[in-house]
Amino acid sequence: MAYSDKVVDHYENPRNVGSFAKGEEGVATGMVGAPACGDVMKLQIKVNRDGVIEDARFKTYGCGSAIASSSLVTEWVKGKTIEEAATIKNTQIAEELALPPVKIHCSILAEDAIKAAIADYRKKYGGADAAPSDQAARSPEPVGEPR
Amino acid sequence: MNRDHPIYLDNSATTPVDPRVAAKMIPWLTEHFGNPASRSHAYGWEAETAVENARAEVAKLVNCDPKEIVWTSGATESDNLALKGAAHFYKTKGRHLVTMKIEHKAVLDTMRELEREGFEVTYLDPEPSGLLDLEKFKAALRPDTILVSVMLVNNEIGVIQPIAEIGEVCRAKGIVFHVDAAQATGKVAIDLEKLKVDLMSFSAHKTYGPKGIGALYVRRRPRIRLEAQMHGGGHEKGLRSGTLATHQIVGMGEAFRLARLEMAAENERIRMLRDRLLEGLRGMEEVYVNGDLEHRVPHNLNLSFNYVEGESLIMGMKELAVSSGSACTSASLEPSYVLRALGRNDELAHSSIRFTLGRFTTGEDIDYAVKLIKERIGKLREMSPLWEMYKDGIDLNAVQWAAH
Repeated sequence: MAYSDKVVDHYENPRNVGSFAKGEEGVATGMVGAPACGDVMKLQIKVNRDGVIEDARFKTYGCGSAIASSSLVTEWVKGKTIEEAATIKNTQIAEELALPPVKIHCSILAEDAIKAAIADYRKKYGGADAAPSDQAARSPEPVGEPR
Repeated sequence: MNRDHPIYLDNSATTPVDPRVAAKMIPWLTEHFGNPASRSHAYGWEAETAVENARAEVAKLVNCDPKEIVWTSGATESDNLALKGAAHFYKTKGRHLVTMKIEHKAVLDTMRELEREGFEVTYLDPEPSGLLDLEKFKAALRPDTILVSVMLVNNEIGVIQPIAEIGEVCRAKGIVFHVDAAQATGKVAIDLEKLKVDLMSFSAHKTYGPKGIGALYVRRRPRIRLEAQMHGGGHEKGLRSGTLATHQIVGMGEAFRLARLEMAAENERIRMLRDRLLEGLRGMEEVYVNGDLEHRVPHNLNLSFNYVEGESLIMGMKELAVSSGSACTSASLEPSYVLRALGRNDELAHSSIRFTLGRFTTGEDIDYAVKLIKERIGKLREMSPLWEMYKDGIDLNAVQWAAH
């Protein structure tokens, strides 16, 4: 199986591996997948008072493409509001990493992980905190994101 | 071995052609290129002699009569010829066939095809060790059973089935017994004079011979009959038509000759290396051996590294050539059917790596592999949410997974 350079890069130099300390403020966790399927992703987002994702962490049990998809996602959600993060599509992830058809499901799982983390956030901190999408206080777009 | 290629620990997938075998083959391509069936000139005669010498070498390794060896294109074809050939020939005696769930696809898929033709097949489960239980085997036999197929050595876990005992049972009941020995030649002693086996499949490329050539043993006493699957010029006593590939056959003959001479010493060296690999890795937490360690060829080690997925591990070990029972490495996204049949849960099947050592594996290769694996497992476990949960004392079986 030949991997794209980007997948290899994320695998060798994964971004934001780990977990936030238990009980840390503003943290929400999404866990998707199942060991029986060979894919489990845990995505944690740290959201500030303005509803902007300041930081993210991931841990993944899965193949190289799954690891790369979740690593990429932690990069992309940083600086986005909850609403913006919810719009990240698996097709963007798959395109960025040049995933072959047999690995597309890894990108789908990564998209699900974001949604699960957001759902956990809403459950813990309520739904109405998110900042409006045209707010001036929004952070600059992260590097490497497709237009 | 050159280091710009990975260290090769996938000998059950295929083996390099031994340089001595390659050297013997080459003159039969360009100089002595005759068709062994050409009866009228020296090109044909010398090719025929070479073919018969090779046939004798194959027969010597397994202690049978050369007349009982039929050349094929490989063990897959031998399996097809044996199973379809015998089932069709003996179908008036009965329509029930018995095999195991952990057989190679060449057997399983041929059995499926026979089912489509109207035969009935029983696929027996192995014990968790991978071995066939003889009582369960006997219980599966019926008055209308005509054919049994059980492999001698399993390709994924390397376990050795009790072929001698199975043979006794089959002979007593007049049931034809086929054995796929593709992974066995050069690794375990095979004595067809003692074993009550009627048909046996051989492959050259698992025993340091070239790919694309194999053989089928067909017993003469008592005589086993088969319906041919390849029709044409009537080669191999009508059992397998097609011009014989002299160079390939010479290669297989030489490979099997070397196996006969070197097997005993080689096995001991390889056993020592395999055990060194096992000892090096066993100290790690949550590492499981798949399949019985005792009734197993010395070349094979199949391990599951819990909480780490197999493909991600292989990706992190580009310096090693191995294979995994993980779904991600198969085109179908299903984990190894062999490991599932042993009762391994899906996670352990997804976390498995198969190491198969060989003639050209060195101690340095093993020491390097141990170091590399430990490092990479460490790194991947740091990245694994399952390892984190295990360390936190969470029971993973009790978790409600949000599978998609």
